[in-house]
Amino acid sequence: MDTAASYNDKVVRQFSIMVVIWGIVGMLVGVLIAAQLIWPQLNFDLPFLTYSRLRPLHTNAVIFAFGGSALFATSYYVVQRTCHVRLAFDKLAAFTFWGWQVVILLAAITLPLGITQSKEYAELEWPIDLLIAVVWVAYAIVFFATIGKRRIKHIYVANWFYGAFIITVAVLHIFNNLAVPVTLTKSYQIYTGVVDGMMQWWYGHNAVGFFLTAGFLGMMYYFVPKQAGRPVYSYRLSVVHFWSLIAVYMWAGPHHLHYTSLPDWAQTLGMVFSVILLAPSWGGMINGIMTLSGAWHKLRSDPILKFMIVALSFYGMSTFEGPMMSIKTVNALSHYTNWTIGHVHSGALGWVAMMTIGSMYCLLPRLYNRDSMYSTKLIDVHFWTSTIGVVLYAVSMWIAGVTEGLMWRAVNADGTLQYSFVESLKAVEPYHYLRLLGGLVFFSGMLIMAYNVWKTVSDKKPVPVAVLEPA
Amino acid sequence: MPAFWHWFVAAGTIVFIIWCVWLVSWSSKQGPQNVADDDVVGHKWDGDLEEWNNPAPRWWLYLYFITIAWGIGYMLAYPGFGNYEGMLGWSQQGQYEAEMQAAADNYEPIYEKFAAMDFADLAKNDEALALGGSLYASYCTTCHGSDARGAAGYPNLADNDWLWGSTEQAIITSIANGRNAIMTPWAQVLGSDEAVTNMAKYVRSLSGIEDADNAAQAMQQPFTTYCAACHMPDGTGNQLLGAPNLTDDIWLYGSSIDTIRTTINEGRQGQMPPHGDLLGDNRTKILAAYVYSLSQN
Repeated sequence: MDTAASYNDKVVRQFSIMVVIWGIVGMLVGVLIAAQLIWPQLNFDLPFLTYSRLRPLHTNAVIFAFGGSALFATSYYVVQRTCHVRLAFDKLAAFTFWGWQVVILLAAITLPLGITQSKEYAELEWPIDLLIAVVWVAYAIVFFATIGKRRIKHIYVANWFYGAFIITVAVLHIFNNLAVPVTLTKSYQIYTGVVDGMMQWWYGHNAVGFFLTAGFLGMMYYFVPKQAGRPVYSYRLSVVHFWSLIAVYMWAGPHHLHYTSLPDWAQTLGMVFSVILLAPSWGGMINGIMTLSGAWHKLRSDPILKFMIVALSFYGMSTFEGPMMSIKTVNALSHYTNWTIGHVHSGALGWVAMMTIGSMYCLLPRLYNRDSMYSTKLIDVHFWTSTIGVVLYAVSMWIAGVTEGLMWRAVNADGTLQYSFVESLKAVEPYHYLRLLGGLVFFSGMLIMAYNVWKTVSDKKPVPVAVLEPA
Repeated sequence: MPAFWHWFVAAGTIVFIIWCVWLVSWSSKQGPQNVADDDVVGHKWDGDLEEWNNPAPRWWLYLYFITIAWGIGYMLAYPGFGNYEGMLGWSQQGQYEAEMQAAADNYEPIYEKFAAMDFADLAKNDEALALGGSLYASYCTTCHGSDARGAAGYPNLADNDWLWGSTEQAIITSIANGRNAIMTPWAQVLGSDEAVTNMAKYVRSLSGIEDADNAAQAMQQPFTTYCAACHMPDGTGNQLLGAPNLTDDIWLYGSSIDTIRTTINEGRQGQMPPHGDLLGDNRTKILAAYVYSLSQN
């Protein structure tokens, strides 16, 4: 077949396989550090195994390696299918794959060595940041050039979200990481004090908003209607919630800095826009869930749809919880406690990971010339491990967080603190066990997925898929 | 903030609010519910991807409107539009001061009644000691431990050994103003690694730990020359400087040869942070009496 007449699925396959591998690696590190919180000796007195170095490795691995690979894979797949053209620039697309893997590899080496900028979710030092910027620009070129040569006038909604995610992440990454290099492994941020804090959380929250939300909504908008075999519920709703979401998310960062030296007006704006963000966020959930309505009977037989509906439910729940936590009064209780950890994981495991897993089960057979995955039964088992795992995780951290928040603020009649920090730590210890159990259960599902994927792809030789003529 | 940025922030905020209002209004004026499966918008992608154009659920539109209205109301009441201070006159600095004032009004009388009491009596007064115990649990346990026995580098407060003195004034000063206990590094002065090791052994011998060899004996002269200025010729220390007594068996950083070598080679920087502003005079005195009482049983 003429290459221009077929889709470029090679790069999609590469990223898809890495999704499974990085998912296992990232979650394994997460399980290890959850265990270290119970048994600190599990760092074996080795600097590179200490909690402080593995925690950023965990976050980087699950967000940028696992989540990032999923976004690359699905966006490349979706943009080709919905533009009815082959992906632009094969070589540049291949560069984004190998470039991104090098970034991940460098992260996996430098973070355990303690080489870090000490900015949350932006720990990687300047040479790696430069490489990320180059790969990301290449990604944008490939994606938007493909949009540019599309053979269908209207751009599908999934691509709006992928496009917004690609553009915004480029801006966030570049401006948050502006630094003066000193040596190859050390640099100084150009921002200082509260400006540094504001930049960091402008970046940090929009990394959640655009990397982990907009990008995965793009994934949702393709794979949910595809798997359900139903039309998207409402075009209008997608317009409103897309333009609202990308406009309002940008303002939400200051809610990470309540009651700090950040000026009052900035804190207010961060809180107000976070609350206004509730409806735009739920617009995506409504559109996803209502798309499934009319296909409810399929939930009985299709565990992939179950992944998607639970992912959408967790998306709705997290995006309700987030605006609530951004309200100063609630934040005064929740901030710096495990509640935040629970919130993050109900989004990261419940929404991001489950949407990714569901989409991968939908995508992989198509990439390897099969009708379905090797075992639907194992997908169902994986679904239950994921659901039980995330519920155990989130519930334990909610209880632990509220316990901590209440204990820290409890005062005696004489105005002194009722509990010392260590007492609050002792009080939440049982929930550390429960969290570890939840993490282990979720992680075990990833191993089942790896087996299922292996059996699906190992004996199949992929064949080029012809570009579909626009209707 | 400068006028330009005030208008920039205020205008930006208003523009984005208007944008949201416009979007939700646009969305609320829309056609009827789709009923048939073929009632699609007319776009088709990838063979089978289509879109309905159902109206957004009413409750969702109301939710959006309500959060926007609430947001506008909140920003009128609180600082948000640039320099605008809000109708309630609220600021986090003001909230902090009000809460501190309320706490002072509530709690200060509890401590105030002990202000005039004699220090020695205070250290035996059960009510004062209970308050002191609460204060200790809140402010001191992080470093000195919940049993007050300290840790390496953090003095044991339950023994009767006092680095800076055990008088009322000395303990109050330690708590209120903090202490900086500086021992400078001596490796270069002593000249050789062997000399450092021998000095460590000499220091151990002062408190009766005899090492097998007699290398320590030769260090008496250098000790008198270099160390005695702070630790005194007989090694009993100087509370005016916070220089520890080296002749007892109490070790702030540890008694092993390696630890003492580190102390000599690198010096030590002991820091007790000041708590006077945080606690105020009355609570500082009660806390001092509590700390004193710990070693008087």
